[in-house]
Amino acid sequence: MQVINALVSVIGGLAASFLVYLALNWVVGRFNQKWNARLLPYVFIAPVLVLISLFLLYPAVRTIVLSFYDASGTRFLGLENYAALFTSGDFLDVLLNNLLWILVVPAITVVIGLGIATFADQLGPIREKIFKSAIFFPMAISFVAAATIWRFVYMYSAPGQPQVGLLNAVFTGITGGEPVPWLTVSSGHLNSFLMMVAVIWLNAGFAMVLLSSAIKGVPIETVEASQIDGASGRQAFFQVIVPQIRGTIIAVFVTVLIGVMKIFDIVFAMTGGSYGTSVLGMEFINQLFNFGNPGKAAAVVTVLMVAVIPVMVYQVRSYRSQEELR
Amino acid sequence: MTATIIPTQASNKKDTAPTQAAGTSRSRGRVSKPRRKVTLTVVLGFFAVLWLLPILGLLITSLRNPIDATTTGWWTVFGDFFGQDWTTRNFIDAFTNLDIGNNFLNSIAVAVPATILPIMFAAFAAYAFTFMDFKGKEIYFATIIGLLVVPIQVALVPILQGYVSLQKILGIQIVGTFPAAWIVHSAFALPLAIFILRNYMATLPVSLIEAALVDGASHFMIFWRLVVPLSVPALASFAIFQFLWVWNDYLTAYIFIGNENPVLTQALYNMLGQYAQGWQGVAAGSFITIAVPIAVFFSLQRYFVRGLTAGSVK
Repeated sequence: MQVINALVSVIGGLAASFLVYLALNWVVGRFNQKWNARLLPYVFIAPVLVLISLFLLYPAVRTIVLSFYDASGTRFLGLENYAALFTSGDFLDVLLNNLLWILVVPAITVVIGLGIATFADQLGPIREKIFKSAIFFPMAISFVAAATIWRFVYMYSAPGQPQVGLLNAVFTGITGGEPVPWLTVSSGHLNSFLMMVAVIWLNAGFAMVLLSSAIKGVPIETVEASQIDGASGRQAFFQVIVPQIRGTIIAVFVTVLIGVMKIFDIVFAMTGGSYGTSVLGMEFINQLFNFGNPGKAAAVVTVLMVAVIPVMVYQVRSYRSQEELR
Repeated sequence: MTATIIPTQASNKKDTAPTQAAGTSRSRGRVSKPRRKVTLTVVLGFFAVLWLLPILGLLITSLRNPIDATTTGWWTVFGDFFGQDWTTRNFIDAFTNLDIGNNFLNSIAVAVPATILPIMFAAFAAYAFTFMDFKGKEIYFATIIGLLVVPIQVALVPILQGYVSLQKILGIQIVGTFPAAWIVHSAFALPLAIFILRNYMATLPVSLIEAALVDGASHFMIFWRLVVPLSVPALASFAIFQFLWVWNDYLTAYIFIGNENPVLTQALYNMLGQYAQGWQGVAAGSFITIAVPIAVFFSLQRYFVRGLTAGSVK
């Protein structure tokens, strides 16, 4: 039954959307040639415009509006939701956590990706293939599965019990001390950093693949020329290779940055946002479902949206300058 | 799981998937001395082991019996690898605990249309943006570029509210059904899909399209007979990316489908609470959920990597 149900909805959904284009095309075909040429482009982009307007633009505006209302969405509160957020120590902690994620994860991901791409390139093809595949492996794993995997690594059992979590086994083995419930240790944001490890672990392969292909696109002649001029390996790397792959480095950095700004699943599945690990994406779900306050949830998301605007501006600008080069 | 969303300036003409990489014989670094090669191998080997260790632990744990798994660490199996009491029982249990049969189908029923729909919509739009002239083209496209970075959370509450009020008006169930999630996934995939496809289509020879137009072919015909077949590499790479994204998604499925038709990531999350009975069960469950994406990923990674670098194709 489930199979038939799924199958029917899949085929029905696909057929319906295809018919939209056929119908629109037929309607436009009724017009004379001049109008046909004018209208046809809009047939091609109309479904996209409708979907994006209805499911992205309008909801985004609506979210901003909602953030000025109370939980029921009927009473206008002005800036009260924001005032409540920014005067609560918990929310400021959330912002600090987000800031830490932004500062740590993209930079380390790029450095690891770049390091492995560069050094693996200097070894034989077999070793390069093996090492890169290992780093690449976690890329297809979902955040929830990654959270499971790392919770197991950070697993804690009471002192005296056998430690089956890798980190505690290593920790008690080396220091001889008591095992530590790692994900509950909020001093120095240790637990947040431990979750960042999981995200770096997931993303390093992505960074490595892109940077590796950029490095291989660097003309070998430029590197050889610098070496004839007496540049050391390090100089050649920083002064010849890095400037040529700058665009890719920035692209990888920004992509990871965006992913980290809205990070949710990994925190949700590892700590649920407790022990001082919450981030904006987590706080949004908390306000929405645990506190049943869509107004405040909207305010949290609006803060996130404002934080994204600089990246958005950068994005459009770099696209524009790119187009001019075309 | 991420994809490049920024135009890059590097000239990545080659797609270099890691397992087929290093086709070029000359290295870009300094020609390495043997001792340096040993050092590099040790350092990179360390990283490779570090990266695989968590997954290895999961795999080994999923094959151990409950008593072993709760009393000793998984790494102890190397002390007596063949003397272990290996079992596949955990996988059988996980199949029933996760209700894999149904959840697997749910994941497929969400992921397949949520992959095909945005590709179809985006291909039409990308064609218009590449080969047609119309008013406001630049502004529309700049908007799409800007939307690449908008976090999905921004739209969730109003969409959910919209669905609920639509439900009241029409009297049919929307929240909790597959199409509710398809549309959201599709809409949010569109900016990236259009961006990648347009960048790819811009590399196709314009003269070819013009010649077809002169010969009296309609845009619809050119699109189906010429541009879509020529764009298969870009279409395929985006399809793989989007499929993995949807398959691995938790948030959208959680909000719009809920626990009526849980997908695999949801089932796995619900199972996470059971680790008190030993990690072997959770480990087996995780392994089942990551099997499909990893298989898809490694068999098609050549196309996938091409997709990641497609943003920079000129």
